[in-house]
Amino acid sequence: MQLIFEKSRVGRRGFQLPETDVPEAFALPDKYCRKIKACLPEVSELDVVRHFSNLSSRNFSVDTNFYPLGSCTMKYNPKFTEKIAVMPGFADLHPLLPQLLGGGMLAQGALEVLYHMERLLSEITGMAEFTVQPLAGAHGELTGVMLIAAYHKNNSSLKKHIIIPDSSHGTNPASAAIAGYDVVVVPTDKDGFLDMQAYKKALNQETAAVMLTCPDTLGLFNSKIKEIADLAHSVGALMYYDGANLNAILGKCRPGDIGFDVIHLNLHKTFATPHGGGGPGAGPVGVCEKLVDFLPVSRVIRRIDGTFALDYRRHKSIGYIAPFYGNFAVILKAYSYILMLGKSGLIEASENAVLSANYCLARLKDYYKPAYDKICMHECVLSASRQLEQGVRALDIAKYLIDKGFHPPTIYFPLIVKEAIMIEPTETESKETLDVFIDVMIEAALLAKTNPSALHLAPLTMPIGRLDETKAAREPNLRWQP
Amino acid sequence: MNYISHTELEKKEMLKVIGVKGIDDLFKDIPDDLRPKSFNIPDGKSEFEVIEHLKLLARKNATHLTNFVGAGFYDHYIPAAVDALASDPKFYTAYTPYQAECSQGWLQAVYEYQTVICELTGLGVSNASLYDGGTALYEAAMMAVRFTGRKKIIVDSGVNLIYRTMLYAYTSNLSIEFVETPVVHGQSCREDIYKNLDDKTAAVIVQNPNFFGAVDDFSDIVERVHSKGALAIASVYPVSLGMLKSPGEMGFDIATGEGQSLGIPLSFGGPYLGFIAVKKEYIRQMPGRIVGATVDKDGRRGFVLTLQAREQHIRRERATSNICSNEALCALRALIYISLLGKVGLEELARLNYEKAEFAKSVLDKVPGVKVKRSSPTFNEFTLQLSKNADEAVHRMIGKGFACGFPLGRFYKGMDNYLLVAVTEKRTKEEIVNFANSLEAALCS
Repeated sequence: MQLIFEKSRVGRRGFQLPETDVPEAFALPDKYCRKIKACLPEVSELDVVRHFSNLSSRNFSVDTNFYPLGSCTMKYNPKFTEKIAVMPGFADLHPLLPQLLGGGMLAQGALEVLYHMERLLSEITGMAEFTVQPLAGAHGELTGVMLIAAYHKNNSSLKKHIIIPDSSHGTNPASAAIAGYDVVVVPTDKDGFLDMQAYKKALNQETAAVMLTCPDTLGLFNSKIKEIADLAHSVGALMYYDGANLNAILGKCRPGDIGFDVIHLNLHKTFATPHGGGGPGAGPVGVCEKLVDFLPVSRVIRRIDGTFALDYRRHKSIGYIAPFYGNFAVILKAYSYILMLGKSGLIEASENAVLSANYCLARLKDYYKPAYDKICMHECVLSASRQLEQGVRALDIAKYLIDKGFHPPTIYFPLIVKEAIMIEPTETESKETLDVFIDVMIEAALLAKTNPSALHLAPLTMPIGRLDETKAAREPNLRWQP
Repeated sequence: MNYISHTELEKKEMLKVIGVKGIDDLFKDIPDDLRPKSFNIPDGKSEFEVIEHLKLLARKNATHLTNFVGAGFYDHYIPAAVDALASDPKFYTAYTPYQAECSQGWLQAVYEYQTVICELTGLGVSNASLYDGGTALYEAAMMAVRFTGRKKIIVDSGVNLIYRTMLYAYTSNLSIEFVETPVVHGQSCREDIYKNLDDKTAAVIVQNPNFFGAVDDFSDIVERVHSKGALAIASVYPVSLGMLKSPGEMGFDIATGEGQSLGIPLSFGGPYLGFIAVKKEYIRQMPGRIVGATVDKDGRRGFVLTLQAREQHIRRERATSNICSNEALCALRALIYISLLGKVGLEELARLNYEKAEFAKSVLDKVPGVKVKRSSPTFNEFTLQLSKNADEAVHRMIGKGFACGFPLGRFYKGMDNYLLVAVTEKRTKEEIVNFANSLEAALCS
């Protein structure tokens, strides 16, 4: 398909600005003005509408395809939340209004949403307080590690490293490192859990925190989690909870009760806000009591008269981590979702997510080697190691699924599982959808034995075939040239 | 409502296949003593009830005020086609395009967005977007630290205080030395920058237009920065780039900014759009996703995520950044917005903003008790010196139906009587005149 730039015709216009109603001003001195004009498309509104409408049809999406992308919780995104996010009372609200003298009264509705959302998330996770400011999950991680650093600094304790399992998301070590900590990696044992011996060896007085995903990235709940937390606390380290997998445990257990001190959530995962093709997300961070003072400014508070206000007088705060109060429109959608589901709806979401994942595992484990053959939580990890013996890789199976109309599961993650295929069906998919998907997965496993080249050639039904990624990296072409 | 379609019968069938008796068996790995101490969440509601509740809350927010507040976040008109196209679920319910063959729509859109950002900034390479203007500036600063191996950064105090504060917060454990240089008569103080610039300096960061609205030609500063082997970083306002000299033309190495003005609603602070563009030689230090063009085995053009060896999912603790997902949907909005306005439209938009602001200056200059700061040319935002405390004036103006500007005393010591006023293309001549009249009354009373 042509680029929007390639559709450009000199003199064509797509939008009309109002005629100016003010007298012509003195021109800005030449030295401040650009000489080389930006070469932007010249197209009509219909050109634009058709271009992007045709582009969107070249995507798989949750609304069009089953999207069992492990670790990403691609559940259905309810439509009513979209309607709420664009209400003019929210969408047109300037974020600086409540920072003007007396301006707090101009944003009472928005502040109320933020205040209640923070309380709801605290109750769901068992934490003392929440900030909804972080703009994505990884941004929440960074915020969380900054809180940990501020806490240790305040206690004048010298902490140097953060312990992270080898099965973790890449963002965990990256967040720890850019916040100034060394990363100590602990291996996974034969049962898929943190290797306790190696963990005890790594843990010492210099450990600032232990960053864990629970259930872990293998989709398993570690029943020794309390022991891990107690050991960390015994050397003055804090427990960090990566909330990527919270969709498994709503109402079943709470990170705060386990002993986690800092937690981030991904609203675009558990709380059904759309993933937007790669953001915007939202990564609220919750903390236990002893970390509350360090939360970023501003804090939304409720005054005695019931009105809401912004509080900036927090001298121990880590400061500003976002320009304002978070990705407000995303928070609004998640807030509406929680209000609609309510207590029983949230619990049912987790129960059905776990049911669906186990159903996929049970039906597929005779065809693909399970990474760990036991009851899983909201996602299951398989390995295409048997298929590899026939020369078929996880990648080939993924591409075959595309031809059959399914977005592939996450592949090659966690890194510790050979030829990993990580399936997260979520609670919103029907049994029929799961069955068709499973049948196609089984079909692929059989093809691997009988006709592997059929898998190597896939996909055949897409606008393009497999792309030359080496060429893309070796000869970077990252923009259109006029 | 919980959006689950499994019937009771189906659940039983599924449990049977799994080989367990009930749902509770699936949660056996969670020890009893770790069960929730409480889970006091209100009962669910219907769609209608939730919408009514949120409507009530939306009504408690004031959107009736005529807006002259900017301070980095601007009230521009958003064409209907932007909303319509960005509401396409085939865009917004997809995720990061890991599987290129079934994500060509997104990948091509990001490639087009990268081209737009390169064209606007006059620089060679853009990534797929970052969270916001503040985090983009922080990523740029860290790029400079990594590239130069130096740890001192000079920051002009004309850079938005929100961004400076974010920069300091993120780097508080990294022993990076920041030196703030003053703004004198609205412009960056060359003397102070040069005095502090040395061979330990990783970067100099400026903003155009600066927080007071003043525009500048930083070519001279950039040259001096380069002579010391440091990087020059500019935070810019994209709408102004329809008119103002681009960072590339001034020789900057990195340009970042807040893309909210490109078709993204104010939405009480987010989601917004951070953009970053760099000279080609810094490409391996770039944070976040990047899309590249390549071909399939039949030679057909296609797009993929590329240069991923920089990223956290591969490089882990040695990644250039921890960023994973970015602000793709906001980047799409910016791309659609720019496509609609086009080459000529963006120029006209910039000019309209400039002219409206110049008109507002001329009207406000005549108001007793108001002095327009004219030491530097401005784009669509400028500083007023009032005869009274600006906080008070703003408070009174709210009562008259105006969000009349941002009081600079909030961010700058000794500027309690200064007000920052933004005038976008949305403000009519009539609104500007009424604004001046109301301000006169507010200052008199």
